Amino acid sequence: MHVAHLSLADFRSYESVELDLEPGVTAFVGPNGQGKTNLVEALGYVATLSSHRVAGDAPLVRHGATRAIIRAAVVKDDRRALVELEINPGRANRARLNRSPVPRPRDVLGLLRTVLFAPEDLALVKGDPSERRRFLDDLLVARAPRFAGVRADYDRVLKQRGALLRTAALARRGRGGPRRAESEAAFAAAGAGDVLSTLEVWDAQLARYGAELLGARLELVEALRPLAAEAYAALAPGSGAATLSYRSTLSTGGDTESDVSAGGGVSTGLSTESRSLGITPAVTDRDALAERLRARLLEVRQAELERGVTLVGPHRDELFLGLGDLPARGYASHGESWSFALALRLAAYELLRAEGTDPVLILDDVFAELDTQRRRRLAEIVAPAEQVLITAAVPEDVPAELSGARFDVSEGSVTRVA
Amino acid sequence: MYEGVVQNLIDELGMLPGVGPKSAQRIAFHLLAADPADVKRLAHALLEVKEKVRFCRVCGNVAAEEECRICRDARRDDHVICVVEESKDVVAIEKTREFRGRYHVLGGAISPIDGIGPDDLRIRELMTRLADGRVTELIIATDPNLEGEATATYLARLVKPMGLKVTRLASGLPVGGDLEYADEVTLGRAFEGRRLLDV
Repeated sequence: MHVAHLSLADFRSYESVELDLEPGVTAFVGPNGQGKTNLVEALGYVATLSSHRVAGDAPLVRHGATRAIIRAAVVKDDRRALVELEINPGRANRARLNRSPVPRPRDVLGLLRTVLFAPEDLALVKGDPSERRRFLDDLLVARAPRFAGVRADYDRVLKQRGALLRTAALARRGRGGPRRAESEAAFAAAGAGDVLSTLEVWDAQLARYGAELLGARLELVEALRPLAAEAYAALAPGSGAATLSYRSTLSTGGDTESDVSAGGGVSTGLSTESRSLGITPAVTDRDALAERLRARLLEVRQAELERGVTLVGPHRDELFLGLGDLPARGYASHGESWSFALALRLAAYELLRAEGTDPVLILDDVFAELDTQRRRRLAEIVAPAEQVLITAAVPEDVPAELSGARFDVSEGSVTRVA
Repeated sequence: MYEGVVQNLIDELGMLPGVGPKSAQRIAFHLLAADPADVKRLAHALLEVKEKVRFCRVCGNVAAEEECRICRDARRDDHVICVVEESKDVVAIEKTREFRGRYHVLGGAISPIDGIGPDDLRIRELMTRLADGRVTELIIATDPNLEGEATATYLARLVKPMGLKVTRLASGLPVGGDLEYADEVTLGRAFEGRRLLDV
């Protein structure tokens, strides 16, 4: 697929901009702070309904405006769809498809698929486990938009269960405990005997949605593993094999170090010990996973009641990245970390592509970070894609292999120069 | 900001559900311009509803007397109780004219975030009603969202030892709709709850 037209109103620095785009490579070139990234961020937003740079929507709206509008014409198999998003910080966003309103913005997910490479990706390797969980979950949603709902339901169960556990923790510490003010109402509401019986109900809900998320993640990691290893080997030959494994809080022991790999193949880089512990690809049956989740919740119940947090579930799992025999996080060099992050994105790209349609590739300011060799290799890998959008501070940052259309971006105006 | 009393009225109206500041202002000025007799009638109705209406001591539905209209109706089936979250759900189900049993209004759903646990709902009253063994089926008609499902599960577990039939309203496709327009969750549920076509 490719984006044929992008139109922004009051988005970030742009009061108004209209861009006609073509398949193939398009580069947006201009000094820092001129609005290049804002353009690709808008497309990323159409694809994921969130920004890759900020968590909330407020910064996306131009200063002084009350709402921002993104319009994108997406062409897939010669069919053109017009997606329109109205971003209203603090209120519900609205979406239109081919000029007709859709009930929920979520309904336009999947019309545009993008894989976005950005400097922020370094956090995939160096950052907290939450970054890697987000990577997996975003990819799940891109493949099957239904998961946006599963994710939202799981988060809500966590919130409800968390509130209940905090109430219980409070009750145990007695009134006048240090966190008394936090949920006075909840404390008053739930008698201590209540808590346990209600907890079982939320355990069941957590297990149900958690199992769905977990099962999907395990299958996803299984599919990504060979692709990421291959992409890493292509980007950084001879620097050790890149491995992925999923470490779940589901396995006994609880602490991540001793946990389980999703696949358990030799290629995980994890020893046989991890394989014997647990989850094999065959065991992604949702009912079985739900059963195991419930059992684990019972095991950790005492600790949960003391600490007032849900300790088991996909929200505490980790996608472990290994380089050779070592964990990438903490051991990999800056260059290796970069290559690994790129390899993850490339694996995501290959996975989406394997489903029949090329997603739009967006490379936001990534070439400047790479040495000549990696730059060339990345360029070779992405060049055949149906549409590649690149941002760069200077034209020299765009590899020669990726010649195509060029726009100059300066002070909020975008002009086609080639 | 307006003169004291006008602003007070706008503020009070603005606290009502579904009424924002703009609507509150519009209603306030409508009332200012309205015939005094009309406004008195409205004020009277407001006071009266708080004074006279209470909750049925059996089912918890809104009632004008000790017991609500449905609980007093001798023609209704005593063997089936339909559990709902709010009184307005009773009204919705009554409109179908499909259900001839009794109701039980919980007064909400289990939601720890809002500090609502089972003890805050009229569950103990429900258990008392079930105790005499006359009821053979409990239909759980809480909302099909997370909190409603949790409440349904809680109730089902609670009454399981009593050996009565517990059912849950089906969720699925809207009647008269197109299959293609249903969202994935609804369609998935409809698959789960499919039934045998008996011909």
